[in-house]
Amino acid sequence: MTKALNGEEVAKKIAKKFPGSIAAADKAAVVVTSKSLYQVAEFLKNTRTLDFDYLTNLTAVDYTDYFEVVYHLISLRHNHSVVLKARCYDRDKPAVPSVVSLWRAADFQEREAYDLMGIIFEGHPNLKRLLLWEGFVGHPLRRDYL
Amino acid sequence: MPLKEIDIAEGLKINSLMEASQQPIPDPDKWLDEEIRRNVLITTVDYVLDWARSRSLFPLMFGLACCAFEMIGAAASRFDIARFGMDIFRWSPRQADLMIVAGTLTWKMAPAVKLVYEQMPEPKWVIAMGQCAISGGPFRESYSVVPGINRIIPVDVYVPGCPPRPEGLLHGIRKIHEKIIRESIKKA
Repeated sequence: MTKALNGEEVAKKIAKKFPGSIAAADKAAVVVTSKSLYQVAEFLKNTRTLDFDYLTNLTAVDYTDYFEVVYHLISLRHNHSVVLKARCYDRDKPAVPSVVSLWRAADFQEREAYDLMGIIFEGHPNLKRLLLWEGFVGHPLRRDYL
Repeated sequence: MPLKEIDIAEGLKINSLMEASQQPIPDPDKWLDEEIRRNVLITTVDYVLDWARSRSLFPLMFGLACCAFEMIGAAASRFDIARFGMDIFRWSPRQADLMIVAGTLTWKMAPAVKLVYEQMPEPKWVIAMGQCAISGGPFRESYSVVPGINRIIPVDVYVPGCPPRPEGLLHGIRKIHEKIIRESIKKA
């Protein structure tokens, strides 16, 4: 069974390396500022003791006040997992950095989140709609759609 | 027996059979009625054509969602669609004349369905199987689902259910048969 790491402990390690990058942390997840997301993701992937080499899931949630992008990470070497989150408060242009260069799995998942939720992943090599067709108006999984 | 004698025996057998088989054996037709024995059959062209068409429908292999499994169930040995002359589901629309739209049709899939329908040769029939194909079902208000396939292609028979049981589909196919039997070449 994959061991879920305590988010607070992971947050401490991140805060030590990048002060001010943690927005919130609890047992279940680490919330980082969207500005420092790429740095933190790179740190989580390339640090030997953490070694999160596998992105199992990437999704987005609409909390009406803000969007939250959720990353489920797993380390195949250590067999442990962590949940990383980033919030964007700009409803018109919610943007987080793309992590495709770290995990290839993020490619389609980010396109899906862009398609259905309208999150803009800055630095994505091919950010276009995945499930809906070109020319579709709006992002249907948003709370204020329709 | 020496080899040469075997050859001679074989040759004699062939020659005698050839000699005895100069005339064709008459077909056993004593069991037939007098009129049929003289090859006289009286019927209408419509009757024969509709009879032939309705009993050899070729459905198109086509499944969009969970209804497809009920369609597969109808095709397999338990419900056995072959009883109605529909042994083979055709992969190519050009060899099919019945389209069973089994499942949810999304707007992204709709152009493909329309194209496949247009590729089927006339005459052709369509069954809308399940609530999604009939009206969009639970996804009717959705942004991505076609609210009823009759927006895309004309439908002959609607089979309700979510999903319909194989018996339901077979009933729908029987309805198609009834529809075909009433057709006339005069109108076509």
